[in-house]
Amino acid sequence: MAAFVIRRILATIPVLGMVAVIVFLILRLTPGDPATLLAGDNATLAQIEEIRRHLGLDRSIVVQFVSWIGHLLRGDFGESFFFKMPVAALIADRIQPTLSLALMTLIFTIVIAVPMGVIAANRRGTWVDHAVMTFSVGGFSIPVFVLGYLLIYVFAIRLNWFPVQGFKSFDAGIRPFLSHLLLPSLTLSVVYIALVARIARASVIEVLNEDYIRTAYSKGLTNRVVLTQHALRNAAIPIVTVIGMGVALLIGGAVVIESVYNIPGLGRLTVDAVLSRDYPTIQAMVLLFSFIYVMINMLVDLSYAVLDPRIRY
Amino acid sequence: MLDVTTNPESKAQRAQQDEPILTIEGLSVALPRGADRPFAVENLDLEIHRKETVCIVGESGSGKSVTAHTVMGLIGATQLKPVAGRIMFDGADLLQMPPDRLRALRCVGLSMIFQEPMTALNPIMTCGAQIDEVLRWHTDLNATARHVAIVRMLEEVNLPDPERIMAAIPQQLSGGQRQRVLIAMALILHPALLIADEPTTALDVTTQAQILRLLKNIQQNRGMGMLFITHDFGVVADIADHVIVMQHGRVVEAGRAEDVLLRPQHAYTQALIRAVPNPKPKSRVERQDAPVVLATSDLGKTYATRPLFGAPRKITAMHGVSLEVRRGETLGIIGESGSGKTTFARSVSRLIEPSSGAIMFEGTNIGSLNGEALRPYRRQIQIVFQDPYRSLNPRRKIGDSIVEGPVNYGIGRVEAIDRARQLMTFVSLNPEALDRYPHQFSGGQRQRICIARALAMEPTLLIADEAVSALDVSVQAQVLELLNRVRREFDLAMLFITHDLRVAAQVCDRVAVMSKGEVVECDSAQAIFQRPQHAYTRSLLDAIPARHWTFGEM
Amino acid sequence: MTNSLNVAPAMVVETPTKRAPSALLRGLFQNPAATIGATLLVLIILVAVLAPYLGTLDPTAIDPASRNALPGSVSTLDNGVGGERSYTHWMGTDSLGRDIYSRVLYGGRVSLIVGLSVATLSLGFGLLIGLVAGYVRWVDAVVMRIMDGLMAIPSILLAIALVSLSSAGLGNVVVAITIPEIPRVVRLVRAIVLSARQEPYVEAAISVGTRTPMILFRHILPNTIAPLIVQGTYVFGSAILLEAILSFLGAGTPPEHPTWGNIIADGRALFRIYPHTLLFPGIFLALTVLGVNLLGDQLRDTLDPRLAKRI
Repeated sequence: MAAFVIRRILATIPVLGMVAVIVFLILRLTPGDPATLLAGDNATLAQIEEIRRHLGLDRSIVVQFVSWIGHLLRGDFGESFFFKMPVAALIADRIQPTLSLALMTLIFTIVIAVPMGVIAANRRGTWVDHAVMTFSVGGFSIPVFVLGYLLIYVFAIRLNWFPVQGFKSFDAGIRPFLSHLLLPSLTLSVVYIALVARIARASVIEVLNEDYIRTAYSKGLTNRVVLTQHALRNAAIPIVTVIGMGVALLIGGAVVIESVYNIPGLGRLTVDAVLSRDYPTIQAMVLLFSFIYVMINMLVDLSYAVLDPRIRY
Repeated sequence: MLDVTTNPESKAQRAQQDEPILTIEGLSVALPRGADRPFAVENLDLEIHRKETVCIVGESGSGKSVTAHTVMGLIGATQLKPVAGRIMFDGADLLQMPPDRLRALRCVGLSMIFQEPMTALNPIMTCGAQIDEVLRWHTDLNATARHVAIVRMLEEVNLPDPERIMAAIPQQLSGGQRQRVLIAMALILHPALLIADEPTTALDVTTQAQILRLLKNIQQNRGMGMLFITHDFGVVADIADHVIVMQHGRVVEAGRAEDVLLRPQHAYTQALIRAVPNPKPKSRVERQDAPVVLATSDLGKTYATRPLFGAPRKITAMHGVSLEVRRGETLGIIGESGSGKTTFARSVSRLIEPSSGAIMFEGTNIGSLNGEALRPYRRQIQIVFQDPYRSLNPRRKIGDSIVEGPVNYGIGRVEAIDRARQLMTFVSLNPEALDRYPHQFSGGQRQRICIARALAMEPTLLIADEAVSALDVSVQAQVLELLNRVRREFDLAMLFITHDLRVAAQVCDRVAVMSKGEVVECDSAQAIFQRPQHAYTRSLLDAIPARHWTFGEM
Repeated sequence: MTNSLNVAPAMVVETPTKRAPSALLRGLFQNPAATIGATLLVLIILVAVLAPYLGTLDPTAIDPASRNALPGSVSTLDNGVGGERSYTHWMGTDSLGRDIYSRVLYGGRVSLIVGLSVATLSLGFGLLIGLVAGYVRWVDAVVMRIMDGLMAIPSILLAIALVSLSSAGLGNVVVAITIPEIPRVVRLVRAIVLSARQEPYVEAAISVGTRTPMILFRHILPNTIAPLIVQGTYVFGSAILLEAILSFLGAGTPPEHPTWGNIIADGRALFRIYPHTLLFPGIFLALTVLGVNLLGDQLRDTLDPRLAKRI
């Protein structure tokens, strides 16, 4: 058990290392002189030279990488070209909206998607199942920004139930906080729900075909007990796994949805950085989001030990 | 089995006592439209009394398992539908019973155990909790009383250390132990009837013998009725009071066990019984003068797992195996699962590399050869695998599969196809079928095709790795006959890997018995079967179901 | 000997059936979802290909006289030979007076080209890398570490990071979307190769002396085709979405190109007053992806039921 936990934690190191290498190389492997590219079309030679020195491009690539990693490990993400302040400080400023959005979306998803999938699996082939699957394929297909604008138009502009855009910090009171967050979270959770409900359904159906389900029925248990005590618990691992993998969708969606709803979070920061070619910020954001993604999936893997005793023994 | 009595006074009382626990009358179960026949089970009658074991025996597709599942009410979710007949249990028709009453009856009135103990237990619940579920659901006992009952039940099924078993998850137990847990679960509430659907088929022969003995004991002690589904006439002979033989969903013969086994009336029953291999080997001429084709010395295979923490673990799959086979001779390798017999076969055929020892093939050590150096020897050593459904590439015509090898070694395609046609005839298949795909053939036919593919290489050594184990008994007999013919006409050496001692007796000249990766005894087949020296060999022989029945000689 | 655990063994054994490709197609289109999906896709492709013949204008032509026109409004245009003709803006115009109907139709071309290119490239590279990784141990060790790293970066972010550095252009957008897709294909192919290697028919081929490249090509590669077709449809759909997202964020195809994402991005500023600038490209985008997904789901169920659990 302890060995499993340590092994899983250590396993994130090569992955994160590879992410760092990739993020580092994206800039260096770009054709042409990165400094010229970053400086833009109207830059003076001096500005290009400044960027070159800033990135350490005059040194060998290995030295650059080592010094970059060294800074990263000390929490130094560099200085933003555009905002002219440390990237770490930028992140600290912007983290609350994104975190709130992500948590709310996650809650919506789990509360809605898992029961949806289980019910669909239990009522396989009925209209309930078809409805869930239709929602699922629809949720996959509608682009998150189109859905965002659609919901804004209907619920905020036409019906006036919610504020149109923007974000209110938690300090401003729970009501404004929630009313600003509800619509974006719902928007973001649609694709996530589609994904999780579909996998939950497929996993439960697969488990329902197992021999031990037949054993459970032959004990005289009711359908509900077999479904919750035996099927769902055995299907938990793929469901939790897909919730973890769906965090990639969540992150990608946040980048888009914060632009749609005008939320000053990390996703918005990423887009602004891209549009202004603020490379240190882009690098930091990719690293940060990947780090979060890897960590969440590590936690998911660790939860296997709780969900499945076979891993403990 | 109506009781005929002349004493009128006790008749009523007797009738009361001997009233059947279960009566099935005219049961028909319909298959979904588009199946190869309209009914999975057609017009089946049977009766089971207290202390009585009724065996339904038949080959795959006979409808025996469907019958068992129908009685238990477990076919609701499938496309099968009972369309006629009654299943009377305790005065009520199970087919008409509302679902909640049927549920209340399960494990209380009638219980069922299944074929695959490895998958029949919930993998993430402890065994104790799984048995406890039955008690919590059907009784009002408190936790302590339930615990006591479970411990007592686990002792009744001869599981040592019940507390440990209760705390264990299924993965920590062997197949035999898991089947005992399932039996305990099924019987803890003393049901009047146990339905056992091939409960020992997936188990090793020694474990099978123990489980059969256990079931028989409990049944006698409790006076329980048992409906036992099997394909194995050996098991039938061991356990049945009454036998029902099914074929294609219909009962072809029914009667008392001795009658059916000794004096089968129906041609199908006769053929089935004749096909059961006789565990007495025929006497064979020893081939001392023939050249040695294969000689292994001290062959071993270890797998190393290297965890990140802790010492690397070594698993020895095979150790110190020294055997030889001569031209024209069949050497049987017998062992239970995990004995290392398949590791030996795969090492000799060089699908894996042995970790130690030598494989001398016609004087060359091929154990350490690789790549191109190995290629000339590959063609001389051919292997036939267990699973006929996965041994042929489903996307290629069988003709292409058969000529693949010869073409690899430079034989012209036309010539190779010509040869393939001859081989098809030799294995009793139509040569015109060469341009068909594997899915157009049955399991037995596919195994013939695999044999033809191996023979196309004109091998010196043919390895049959459990080659008849997946086949029904009547098909098995035909393929065994074919293998005997191959050995005679092609004058090759054969390694015959099997877990089935009856089968080994039929084809082997000499037999090596393997256990835990080592050869414990190697001798002529006659000596092994009649004068076994090693205790393990003796226990294997004793475990053969109905050992002293000589089915094959009828 | 082992009686199938299936409670309907009579159906499973000894009843060989042949699945002809035509029967497969028939099975596929028995399901209304697949028919809807295929129809949607065919319509979108037709519309995109035939865009110049469907009464469209130059999608980049700016007309300051009719900016932000509502759907159905009529304007007068120069007919090119000195005269004038009236033209109905079925979907209205954008803030520069460009005809949205024309832009949406032409935008379909970009989306389809991106989807097709990304699907082809990622399947091609993924197949190649996956086959080698599944068969050559040391390559596997190296390649899979890289793939793990790539997969740890959420694909939108990776694509954004890649396009943010390259000069804008459709080719670079395609590359930026392809790279995050490759690891998923590699994993799929590798998993199939690893399990196919264990199949007795592959071992039988080894025993009859078939050399490794031939085993890969003849016995293992065919196993990947059905799953790859299924995966390809999903890649196609997600590439179209990702391209639109990049355009929408302003990081993708240059804004003067009529892509659905660009049209939506253009309409953002005034969408409270003129929602139609967003609505029409949004509908086309959603219907295209829906068509692809419906078809993909049905292909998966027909070709490879085991895939149902993968994403």
